[in-house]
Amino acid sequence: MLTKRIIPCLDIKNGRTVKGVNFVDLRDAGDPVELAKIYSDEGADELVFLDISATEERRKTLVDLVRKVASTINIPFTVGGGIAAVSDVEVLLQNGADKVSINSSAVKNPQLINDLAQKFGSQCVVVAIDAKQIDGQWIVHLVGGKVPTELNLFDWAQEVEQRGAGEILFTSMDNDGTKNGFANEALAKLSSLVNIPIIASGGAGNIQHFVDSFTKGKADAALAASVFHFKEIEIKTLKNELKNNNIEVRI
Amino acid sequence: MKIVIINYGAGNIQSILFAIERLGFTAMLTNNPEEIKAADKVIFPGVGEASYAMKMLKESGLDTLIPTLTQPVLGICLGMQLMCKHTQEGDTTGLGIFDVDVIKFTPKVKVPQMGWNQIYNLKSGLFKGIAENEYMYLVHSFYAPLCDEAIATTNYEEEYASALENNNFYGTQFHPEKSGDVGEQILGNFLKL
Repeated sequence: MLTKRIIPCLDIKNGRTVKGVNFVDLRDAGDPVELAKIYSDEGADELVFLDISATEERRKTLVDLVRKVASTINIPFTVGGGIAAVSDVEVLLQNGADKVSINSSAVKNPQLINDLAQKFGSQCVVVAIDAKQIDGQWIVHLVGGKVPTELNLFDWAQEVEQRGAGEILFTSMDNDGTKNGFANEALAKLSSLVNIPIIASGGAGNIQHFVDSFTKGKADAALAASVFHFKEIEIKTLKNELKNNNIEVRI
Repeated sequence: MKIVIINYGAGNIQSILFAIERLGFTAMLTNNPEEIKAADKVIFPGVGEASYAMKMLKESGLDTLIPTLTQPVLGICLGMQLMCKHTQEGDTTGLGIFDVDVIKFTPKVKVPQMGWNQIYNLKSGLFKGIAENEYMYLVHSFYAPLCDEAIATTNYEEEYASALENNNFYGTQFHPEKSGDVGEQILGNFLKL
């Protein structure tokens, strides 16, 4: 049976792993290559490698770091941050990335999703969506949650699926950094509206939150950063607990 | 040992190269027919869209070369699918090495299948020392139904062939290079064939 996935996210700035509370006050949580290897050995199912400064500072993703991570680990990983063109993706895949995650560039140029899916296949196109609730509506935000758009989360999710996205990484900006749990209601609605995998992101604080993201949120995968980076939750313990809750995981 | 990875512009080849290096070997990336013919082992990767990939193969004449190879050849993911008779993806005629037509998962399940799933009914030297029901990493929307050439089974929507074998030709729907230590062991088995 296809298992639920646990995905540590390596937020990268200046070649180091960072994770902020609500995306500000970044703290250093170590060397990304070392962390990637540890997570791979501990049983992480996948890694996401996000150059969080890329969009803001107009930098290209750190290709050298991608190569180092890819040469070290034997599990799949996704790279995001600053990807605006088909050529950017080509470089990342050539250097060992398995999938790419696009966010702001997909909102600005939705045709990019179609172009990437056509050239590389949907399976390597992850569309990341950051959203928060404004007057009861889930509104898509850009630039690490700083800039609101006109887009509704659910409409946008359906559009990216139609355009060829293979997976959606949904981060609730309301939950991110709070450690109060994932946005399970919105996750479950997303999962019922689209037929591609949904990765839950934002809000992981304890093991029960992961259980809830799969049972209540119907997520296919759950992503977190700081709880793993600071060893508040060990991946092995987490997966054993998920199994005890009758959630299929790879152990 | 001379290992070549067929380079026809199909996405992620680097991760296969890295996996081979972790196993203590080196591989050459090439689309040169003479180099491919002279290799001891040939890996035919995939990741990409079928009709586009087939077009690239035809442009370099590799579509006629690959079926004539006599050394062990391993198709991975889309590589395996292109070695079949036909795939629904882009209504693409394949290389016809495996006698099966590749079809798409229906909307009864999430498509693509993305993640770790088990392989069982293992029937090949490719799986020497590999236990039943190990987890492999899969990312695909199309699949080869069970057939005589199936050497591994996986269940998603229905039971299907997650690996195929016909004489010197092998194919895995899963990514051995991305499936942890067990995946690396399968890749290692292939290199020892």
